[in-house]
Amino acid sequence: MSKRTTGLAVEADGLTRSFGETRALDGLDLQVPAGTVYGLLGPNGAGKTTAVRVLATLLRPDGGRARVFGHDVVAEADAVRGRVSLTGQYASVDEDLTGVENLVLLGRLLGLAKPAARQRAESLLAAFGLTDAAGRQVKKYSGGMRRRIDIAASILSTPDLLFLDEPTTGLDPRSRNQVWEIVRAVVAHGTTVLLTTQYLDEADQLAGRIAVVDHGRVIAEGTPGELKSSVGSGTVHLRLRDPGRRPEAEKVLQAALGVPVQLEADPVALTARVRGDGSDLDASEQAARALGELARAGIVVDDFSLGQPSLDEVFLALTDHPAVEADERDDQLEAAR
Amino acid sequence: MSNAATTTGRAPSVYVPSAEALATVLAPGARPPRPSALSASLTFGWRALLKIKHVPEQLFDVTAFPIIMVLMFTYLFGGALADSPRDYLQFFLPGIMVTSVVMITMYTGVGLNTDIEKGVFDRFRTLPVWRPAALVGMIFGDVLRYVLAALVILGVGLALGFRPDGGLLGVLAGIGLLVVFSFAFSWVWTFFGLILRSEKSVMGVSMMVLFPLTFLSNVFVDPGTMPGWLQAFVKANPITHLVAAVRATMAGSSDPTKTMWLLLWSAGFVVVFGTLTMYRYNRR
Repeated sequence: MSKRTTGLAVEADGLTRSFGETRALDGLDLQVPAGTVYGLLGPNGAGKTTAVRVLATLLRPDGGRARVFGHDVVAEADAVRGRVSLTGQYASVDEDLTGVENLVLLGRLLGLAKPAARQRAESLLAAFGLTDAAGRQVKKYSGGMRRRIDIAASILSTPDLLFLDEPTTGLDPRSRNQVWEIVRAVVAHGTTVLLTTQYLDEADQLAGRIAVVDHGRVIAEGTPGELKSSVGSGTVHLRLRDPGRRPEAEKVLQAALGVPVQLEADPVALTARVRGDGSDLDASEQAARALGELARAGIVVDDFSLGQPSLDEVFLALTDHPAVEADERDDQLEAAR
Repeated sequence: MSNAATTTGRAPSVYVPSAEALATVLAPGARPPRPSALSASLTFGWRALLKIKHVPEQLFDVTAFPIIMVLMFTYLFGGALADSPRDYLQFFLPGIMVTSVVMITMYTGVGLNTDIEKGVFDRFRTLPVWRPAALVGMIFGDVLRYVLAALVILGVGLALGFRPDGGLLGVLAGIGLLVVFSFAFSWVWTFFGLILRSEKSVMGVSMMVLFPLTFLSNVFVDPGTMPGWLQAFVKANPITHLVAAVRATMAGSSDPTKTMWLLLWSAGFVVVFGTLTMYRYNRR
């Protein structure tokens, strides 16, 4: 265990990779400390999946180099494969096969004898709450179950580094929480997890460090707190009891916060971005002051929340362009694959 | 995404990940030794069998298609080319068996092309096993289909009056040669399955190669009546060697020269297209 939790799990230096005209990776640098959850955060088409595929030995980089636990991903691909596993964005299990068949198949491929593979499959299915679905084809699983069998397949032989490519995209909140719990258990056990995600709150919940990726390179890196404070803003959401007081509330808020206030479709709701100078306290102080002003004006607030900056806001702050614009790029990448 | 309740149709108990349960399965046992190349390939072959078990419709092309081929050509050409369909069948059955099975080999390429687009191949390619195992295993599964198709054709042939002089042993040896060649020839399609973009284009290319290859041979008629340039092609065509060898074996004699050519061709296909396939597979 100590061997696994020291040093760097991943070191990437200036990775490049193009698909036709598109530069999916454009000089990506990365250092992932072993024994942690590391988040690659970015919009669709930013190059996250390409980066994971290069690190998992599925794609050769055009330029640059990458090592996983000191092994070069191109020259020593086999040594890397012995220590990693990958849960891809799309099911990395055979959908025609049942849950138990998938796990036995992979167990056999990892060198387990038939009875041992069977036993391992059964205990994994039990731990992942899939015993009842063991004999059903994976294509009949729900999204959350599919993710779980996928992750179970990835830890068949407990890897030192687990790649999770957008593990919660498309999942309902309950399934997402289940995946989060599983990721926490995996990392607590000593496995390094490299996670890609489009959601800041997911990276925030799970990752010790985050690299923000855009156009194939890392544009910011740090702990979740550092990243958020570099953006230095949050969003205040308010719901009033009386919709008639909304114009008045808008004026009060604008005066207190010094920012434009947005009126939502819901006639009692308002939102405003709070500028801060970097500390969370600052944003909450401003929000508290605004609440006080509203109370003084006799406006009843039923619901109040101060939200973190969203990925969009982080992106805007870091790149001056919104996070969602990469759709065509993504399509190109898909086609190039 | 629907939740478990709507998918399973019964009220499921909600799964709550338990740290202790997960910790037990995460406890690292000693890593088992890597499976041998053969064992890994056989495991992938088992996967192919499971897929047949779950999607039995895919056996349609190895049962219905060969039956249609035999019936169609026996009665189409039988009267014209021989005294009767039954007479023609003695000459024709080994040939149509080769044609049908060799045509079925193209599904290896089609299958790989659709399979590899799915995420599961990403997982296979990150496993520390002998690299060609996934493809070899896939072809092992296909070999079962070839055997099945050959047996179906043999059954139809026997019912229509095919009486090979080689007896059971001769017929089985003939099928053996056919399966060896088809295994080797499948590597052509794995290569095309990897380089072509869609299932449709794999089909298109396969047809373009297979039609001339099977028809411009000694399958249907004696090449003696063909123009010289065509005879030259027919003579060089590996299908001709295969049919001659299978025919001789089933007739109870043997054709060592043709059999040797056949084995050389088979080795050539594996070496050339196996290498090309693995090159593409590794660089994908």
